[in-house]
Amino acid sequence: MSLDLNITKRLGTFTLDVGFTAPNGVTAVFGRSGAGKTTLINVVAGLSAPDSGHIALNDTPLFDAAQRINLPAHKRRMGYVFQDARLFPHMDVTQNLRFGLRHAPAGSTGPSLDEVADLLGLTDLMKRRPTDLSGGEKQRVALGRALLSRPKMLLMDEPLAALDGQRKDNILPYLERLKSGAAGLPILYVSHALDEIARLADQLVILSKGKIAASGSIFDVLADPTIVPLVGVRQAGAVLQATVMEHGDDGISTLKTNAGTLELPGVAAPVGTLVRLHVLAQDVILSRTRPTGLSSVNILPVTVKSIRTGDGPGAAISLDAAGDQLLARVTARAVQDLDLSQGVTCFAVIKATSIAATSIGR
Amino acid sequence: MMLDAASWDALRLSLLVACTATLVALPIALWVAWLLARGQFRGKALLSALVHLPLVLPPVVTGYLLLIGFGRNGPIGGFLYDVFGITLAFRWTGAVLAAVIMGFPLMVRAMRLAIEAVDPKLEQAAATLGAKPTSVFASVTLPLIAPGILAGAVMGFAKAIGEFGATITFVANIPGQTQTLPSAIYSFLQVPGGEDRAIALVLWACVIAITAVALSEWLAQRVAKRIRGIEGDT
Repeated sequence: MSLDLNITKRLGTFTLDVGFTAPNGVTAVFGRSGAGKTTLINVVAGLSAPDSGHIALNDTPLFDAAQRINLPAHKRRMGYVFQDARLFPHMDVTQNLRFGLRHAPAGSTGPSLDEVADLLGLTDLMKRRPTDLSGGEKQRVALGRALLSRPKMLLMDEPLAALDGQRKDNILPYLERLKSGAAGLPILYVSHALDEIARLADQLVILSKGKIAASGSIFDVLADPTIVPLVGVRQAGAVLQATVMEHGDDGISTLKTNAGTLELPGVAAPVGTLVRLHVLAQDVILSRTRPTGLSSVNILPVTVKSIRTGDGPGAAISLDAAGDQLLARVTARAVQDLDLSQGVTCFAVIKATSIAATSIGR
Repeated sequence: MMLDAASWDALRLSLLVACTATLVALPIALWVAWLLARGQFRGKALLSALVHLPLVLPPVVTGYLLLIGFGRNGPIGGFLYDVFGITLAFRWTGAVLAAVIMGFPLMVRAMRLAIEAVDPKLEQAAATLGAKPTSVFASVTLPLIAPGILAGAVMGFAKAIGEFGATITFVANIPGQTQTLPSAIYSFLQVPGGEDRAIALVLWACVIAITAVALSEWLAQRVAKRIRGIEGDT
């Protein structure tokens, strides 16, 4: 299953002009507000029509300007989870969920109402009204309702943006479970929060002013030094995969990456699981020699892949860590002093506490 | 309260006219309210002005215009008589038409406000879940605008019961045929010693009005509870 699109849509002086393929798994669309994220997702859902181009899901055309095809929203079978949940106020949770189920095509198969309620932790909320639900609960109901309409694809427009950090942490595991559980369901996930994307996404499309600035696998795109100005220096950082080896009594866990072991606090995943670490570029220190006598033991041998010096005093450096990728942000002066260039080997020092617990996804 | 035959006829006719007018006007008013709230077309302002005209015109003027248009010799009235054999002027059906026209702006206004209060985003959400437009209307829009429809119906009914000027101009004041409750009260007050009969009808008018308001309040509360979810069971 995959979504294939190539469209243009003009809204006043703004023009959305994008083309990409979203395969199975989670394709995240990142962009600042005004980049065209919601316009894009609404066009895919059929809530607004593009001016030209085509959209196809598994080779079935949803929109084709040349052939004058524009399937209405209710025939597209796109499960859309809106930023503001949009639960029906005159129905309780059960009725909202049933609404999805009732409009699923006859003969379609998928999880039952009970299974969805169980997966999303809704069993105790079934008789409640939307007004009596918290933001996180509303989003879980909205997600369940979308799943029960038996969609061919899930569209999620900043589903966590309205939630605070704690609630986000409560709902992210459900999304992670969905990603691993619902087999073969492509998910288009729109967000401006890179930590969510780093946890969930397999593919990443970066939108800037209505155009695609970068796209590809999450590991490649986030390790690309040229995207730093697009995502902002504070959010930029590559995703590292690591296996949980053991949990120490002092709360520090040992994780194994291709390039070496890391010791990190706050890892909840059980021993043996593969987790993702979103290592912020500004938290990576580079050294030409293996440093000794440091408080951080997280030192990985790396090779410089590319360097991008921007307009300011900073430089973004893409690093190869035994097949994994890291992104470091240092000053342009440091690049000169350390004589860094493509192919140079050095050591990346990552502070243990610099990886927030929320950026450790499964 | 005892009523004589003529008063009883007037009361019965008014109830018949008001109920018929409300039922006839309801679907049309809902459609026009929908057009005005959601439609995007040329002449929307004109339609809005036309709908609201009976509210600002003197009722007698509206009644006279109806007589010109729908009288046996009028362009519409003549057509209705020639083709369908229908006569409106000086018949109870004409009183219904007058009540519909006069109550229409009030009904449309209440329903339009209710439709405008419904967030189209909810309807979009229903569509993405696979609901056809008719199904979206029936299961999302209609329940949410039900209080507005109810309010509009009560307004239309009350207006129809009380309509006097346009009715008496269009269908006159024929006892037993076109004499509604207000025209009967007016007639009784024109003859010496008719006050007692008038007062009896006035009291009945009050009873009807209070019952209608109480009934609509009760219905509105039930609908509101269902929508806002104060009550858990539906």
